[in-house]
Amino acid sequence: MKFGAKDVFDLSWKSLLDAYSCTECGRCSTACPANQTGKLLSPRKIMMDTRDRLEAVGKNIKANGEFKDDGKNLLSHITVEELRACTTCNACVEECPVSISPLDIILEMRRALIMEDSNAPQEWNGMFSNIENNFAPWKFSPEDRADWVKG
Amino acid sequence: MNVPIFSEQIASGKTPELLFWVGCAGSFDQRAQKITRAFASILNKLEIDYAILGKEEMCTGDPARRAGNEFMFQMMAYQNIQVLNGYGIKKIVTACPHCFNTLKNEYPELGGTYEVIHHASYLQQLIDEGRIKMKEGGDFSGRKITYHDSCYLGRANDIYEAPRKVLEALDAALVEMKRCKSNGLCCGAGGAQMFKEEEKGTTRINIDRTLEALDTGASVIASACPFCNTMMTDGVKNSNKEEEVQVLDIAELVAASMENE
Ligand code: SF4
Ligand code: SF4
Repeated sequence: MKFGAKDVFDLSWKSLLDAYSCTECGRCSTACPANQTGKLLSPRKIMMDTRDRLEAVGKNIKANGEFKDDGKNLLSHITVEELRACTTCNACVEECPVSISPLDIILEMRRALIMEDSNAPQEWNGMFSNIENNFAPWKFSPEDRADWVKG
Repeated sequence: MNVPIFSEQIASGKTPELLFWVGCAGSFDQRAQKITRAFASILNKLEIDYAILGKEEMCTGDPARRAGNEFMFQMMAYQNIQVLNGYGIKKIVTACPHCFNTLKNEYPELGGTYEVIHHASYLQQLIDEGRIKMKEGGDFSGRKITYHDSCYLGRANDIYEAPRKVLEALDAALVEMKRCKSNGLCCGAGGAQMFKEEEKGTTRINIDRTLEALDTGASVIASACPFCNTMMTDGVKNSNKEEEVQVLDIAELVAASMENE
């Protein structure tokens, strides 16, 4: 079983159609908290990169009769830093006049990074192991979970 | 304070009507614990038939899922659903929009279906029903208050009016930020950002957002999410405004303004 999306083949039809219907108006990026505070992430660029990759794959299939590995994937266009900057705030989705979801693509790609490549920042690995061992994202004992009543 | 635990209630033959889902922030974060106590004190004062899971509650899995760890999300979801279904829980209230969203929208497809309500809506209901009565000329009456929308309460679940109605009941002067409701700017904590350093940029999201809140001239920034509260509190400190401006949860505002004894 494969998790998340490393390439356009792993994305939903909705995401692929989204990539083709994006008008590049940029309203999503103007609403994006990450983009507005100077992070590399731009939801508009996520859509344009997805379309660029789709077009490259399309040409590849046309030329070879089937897809021939070109050593590239979506991550050749979209960097890990961009994906990591998203707060999943949904502002891009809300703002898009044609109901595109850049967030779906970001989440699918994040899933592939973690589930397929175990590619996470150290702090996230710490958070995962806290959830696994203490059932909370911080290092507190589950025994103390109701200790707030004592305050 | 005295807070009923579900397992103990069941053992003594009672089945509480309402589960108060505290969440990890509400359980362990020192600032958020105050919000939890404020909300529990309201439930106690109104003699609501509720209980918490206590040690049986676990992370909903939300931060793991947003980070991309689908496996861990499912693991946590199944464990929680087992406990919730085991007790036959029907109705859940929580003060955390992330827990709220996960329990309400993401657990049903894994076999956990409950009536889930966020404390903003719950408090509004209690006010509308006349069960919560506010003091005349309470601490916040006439004060300028701005409300910061949580993404997972607002855009993800379309709850914009309930927290505002609660603030209006305080007789406070509600002032809106430029970006509010569906256009509200994130505090910067969602998507598991709370658990890592922010990526490189020109400024931090919470600083940008707090400046916008301070611009309204409000002396209280109201929030309805423990994570937003942390981010906005840090932002206020960063502007050296902690003497003049408080960041308070709507449950704390209500608890301080109730006349019920
Ligand atoms: S708002 Fe929608 S159409 Fe405009 S650039 Fe963003 S995704 Fe494309
Ligand atoms: S969901 Fe992510 S990409 Fe979309 S606006 Fe929010 S931070 Fe930006």
